Amino acid sequence: MQKEYKTLTEIAGPLVLVEGVEGVKYEELVEITTEEGSRRMGKVLEINKDKALVQMFESPQGIATEGTKAKFLGRPLEIGVSEDMLGRIFSGNGDPIDGGAEIIPDQKININGAPINPYSRDYPADFIQTGISTIDCLNTLVRGQKLPVFSGSGLPHSRVAAQIARQAKVQGGEGDFAVVFGAMGVTFEEAEYFTNEFKKTGAINRSVLFINTAADPVVERIATPRMALTTAEYLAFEKGMHVLVILTDLTNYCEALREVSAARKEVPGRRGYPGYLYTDLATIYERAGRVKGKKGSITQIPILTMPEDDITHPIPDLTGYITEGQIVLGRDLHQKGLYPPVNVLPSLSRLSPTARKVTREDHEGVFGQMYASFARGLEVRDLAIILGESALSETDLQYLQFANDFEQKFINQGENEDRDIQETLSISWDLMTLLPKHELKRVKEEYVEKYLPKK
Amino acid sequence: MSQGTITKVSGPLVKASGMKSAKMYEVVRVSEEKLMGEIIELDGDEASIQVYEDTTGLGPGEPVYLTGQTMSVELGPGLLESIYDGIQRPLALIEREAGAYITRGIDVPALDYEKKWEFKPTVTNGQKVIGGDVLGEVEETTLISHKVMVPPTIQEATVEEIKGGSFNVKETVAVLKDSNGKTHEIAMMQKWSIRNPRPVQDKKIPNEPLITGSRSIDTMFPMVKGGAGCIPGPFGAGKTVTQQSLAKFADAQVIVYIGCGERGNEMTDVLMEFPELKDPRTGEPLMKRTIMIANTSNMPVAAREASVYTGITIAEYYRDMGYHVALMADSTSRWAEAMREMSGRLEEMPGEEGYPAYLGSKTAQFYERAGYVECMGSDERKGSVSVIGAVSPPGGDLSEPVTQNTLRVTKVFWGLDAKLAYKRHFPAINWLNSYSLYVDNIRDYWKKEVAEDYADVRSQAADLLQQEAKLEEIVRLVGMDALSPKERLILETAKSIREDFLFQNAFDYVDAFTPLKKQYWVLRCILSIYNEALKIVDKEGFEIEKLLQLPVLQKVAKCKDIMPEELHKFEALENEVKQEIGNLA
Repeated sequence: MQKEYKTLTEIAGPLVLVEGVEGVKYEELVEITTEEGSRRMGKVLEINKDKALVQMFESPQGIATEGTKAKFLGRPLEIGVSEDMLGRIFSGNGDPIDGGAEIIPDQKININGAPINPYSRDYPADFIQTGISTIDCLNTLVRGQKLPVFSGSGLPHSRVAAQIARQAKVQGGEGDFAVVFGAMGVTFEEAEYFTNEFKKTGAINRSVLFINTAADPVVERIATPRMALTTAEYLAFEKGMHVLVILTDLTNYCEALREVSAARKEVPGRRGYPGYLYTDLATIYERAGRVKGKKGSITQIPILTMPEDDITHPIPDLTGYITEGQIVLGRDLHQKGLYPPVNVLPSLSRLSPTARKVTREDHEGVFGQMYASFARGLEVRDLAIILGESALSETDLQYLQFANDFEQKFINQGENEDRDIQETLSISWDLMTLLPKHELKRVKEEYVEKYLPKK
Repeated sequence: MSQGTITKVSGPLVKASGMKSAKMYEVVRVSEEKLMGEIIELDGDEASIQVYEDTTGLGPGEPVYLTGQTMSVELGPGLLESIYDGIQRPLALIEREAGAYITRGIDVPALDYEKKWEFKPTVTNGQKVIGGDVLGEVEETTLISHKVMVPPTIQEATVEEIKGGSFNVKETVAVLKDSNGKTHEIAMMQKWSIRNPRPVQDKKIPNEPLITGSRSIDTMFPMVKGGAGCIPGPFGAGKTVTQQSLAKFADAQVIVYIGCGERGNEMTDVLMEFPELKDPRTGEPLMKRTIMIANTSNMPVAAREASVYTGITIAEYYRDMGYHVALMADSTSRWAEAMREMSGRLEEMPGEEGYPAYLGSKTAQFYERAGYVECMGSDERKGSVSVIGAVSPPGGDLSEPVTQNTLRVTKVFWGLDAKLAYKRHFPAINWLNSYSLYVDNIRDYWKKEVAEDYADVRSQAADLLQQEAKLEEIVRLVGMDALSPKERLILETAKSIREDFLFQNAFDYVDAFTPLKKQYWVLRCILSIYNEALKIVDKEGFEIEKLLQLPVLQKVAKCKDIMPEELHKFEALENEVKQEIGNLA
């Protein structure tokens, strides 16, 4: 029996308090109908005796303490999923917004999902070639990984993400491939960029898009990534597809979370974000992976913009503690006109040691050498600023040259340039010729003999 | 069974009324689904309960059942090679019951009640025993003989009956009669409340190193058996990789690895790797000495709080058998955050950064459960629990409360440095700010087991690294040319210490584990260049460039490739160094 209540007593931001309720459950879905008949959805955030605190997914505008009705639906927020969702565009709430027909669901699934048993997980190992040197060689992406892009406002993270979505492929095995895209609080233009990009390349037929723009209700954003991931889980583990999930922009998501937390008058953690931000983000990021005995996989590329480019801000910080590495974009590289402006030193892929074993025998060594040499080159560059280039030793000058060429030839590449791993590695070896042979400590001697171009 | 009624649900916190008979930290079963919870606050007849499972769909009016027991773990043969969640439910059984996802209300036994173990008594009928005495043994794995002990709660008793044979963990293997005439039926399995430390006879000052095979740790910042250490570091600095290589190579007999609020894929990595990897000392799969507790970041937050206690209680149990146990907790910051979340929901007055005011005391209590002890029982056996906790300070800022509270109670600090990690220098243990307060404890051991001058070699290396840091600042201001040949020599030696000694590849099986003697020799060879060159550095016509051209330097740089069985090669190498540098003069 579903009961309707007219006992709304308090409305504060996205929170509504309903009193005198009975039989209401935690996380239950609530439908609120205003006097004019418009309907909004919300969920039970806390239930204390006969008082239910409801968090709205939509704007509370027009909700009044009198005349508004709250109906408790007896089930948590669910999304109806089906293979027909491929090629479609939905709102952040899961309603179709592309003018197409409603989806006839194959299953209805609670969007919160359940944690994957670590025992049932399969370790991600398949190398995904993105065609971007800085990722393939230095921060290798694998199937089932969660690798976020840490960006800043004004940096081309959307273009990088779109390039990855366009070029990503797995050597040898193809398999069914799909992209699930979740946009949270992005501008209309950014949303359009992705939609058009997917349409232009025909990728739209293999994609499901969930779009919550900046104009849409803030709290809807809390549901959007979960809608996207529930769909992805269905496609990956029920339908056996390899799903790439792109979520942008997690910063907006966290702000929404903070808004709700502040409205609840919770004790804030760092910078006003709720103390459970880590746990909450984990319930999103941890929904990537592979499951033993299932064909499909979920690879996640969440994008977030670091406020003031500050990597120690709670959002990138907590993200970095959960995800398996991060791709950091750098403003100075961008201003030098380099694309993709991947700042390689703080970037990292935790799963790359496994992946590096399957690409090419020399990958492991090249990886170490590139990092060590480039770091040294940057130190020399700093030194040169203070002392002038004339004060540098010959070796130092070689490192300086290495750093410059590394940026121009290795990091820099075209937006449509799809380098395979062989090409990326041979660029690396070309760069190594700039250094004295005895400085190549991280690569095995036999590989130096085999791969280093003879001058 | 008495029961109460739910009045409030807020995330993992549930309040219930009608709980007059409830006790603090009593385990309760919430709703008809029987979700596990623990009482953390009592107010009149109202109890606050932290629920270890997802509370979606719970509401006021549903029942809460009291169990009369505190949160306990089941201890007995079968613990090793297991992987549990935070409240000791075997993940393999959960998979069998519920599939790939962890759903709610799954009730599975921690130990296999069916499996038969071969029990061999070590005492006879009529013998007097005291709490902690070994009654018999079970071969749990090929590495560990599991000792069945008199529960420490029994003070003195006589063995009435004891029999060998094949039993499951719940069957009685011995009957004891205590001094009050009460009989106790002893099974191989006992229960212990996780929040109570298991008693010991006596705590000792630890003076035996915990050998880990990591050069930065064993030589520079050593750990002891029974010590407490911490690894703070920003993300990406290699906390987990360091913890995992400790779990692989530390010379403890039993390893308890707690993945507390960390990544699922990392736990999978450990799970898939450990059965394959061989223990460098025994040649047996590492899994045979390992117990794993995995409560990943997306699993219920309250169980994360419990996982740390579950782990340390199991560790203490093996310690009581006389084993050296090493416990890794990755990461204690997530444990502290779980406390913060519960505290916030209880509307307690927050301390620093929203953490509860009791963060410090809880942290201290946890680390104090480490120690080198004389176990309960009459045979004076020794055991130890070493605790190594990873700390994840937000933004790498060590002034935050969890790190600060941890530093107050741990004696080893391996500070991981993002800058080193960016250069891919691993382990990224910063040699300038890390410390170990155990160096003096193990000086005698080093003298006896490794080399007379090990401690001196170590401190010379540490000193050179300190000097390097100062000189680098000068170089940054006035350039390399301003340095004297001697100072150049210091820089070159320090560079060699960093690149050829401290740098270690955790993914290379040979490099990842270096025995102590070899560590000593590698470092001694590197320093021999410095010491020899120092003799001639002030002489007329000495050129540092000429020294750097010497072929023997390349050999020293690669001397960590010499196998540990061929230590004599190091001596030859050292002589070569002396000769070549001597010729230079």
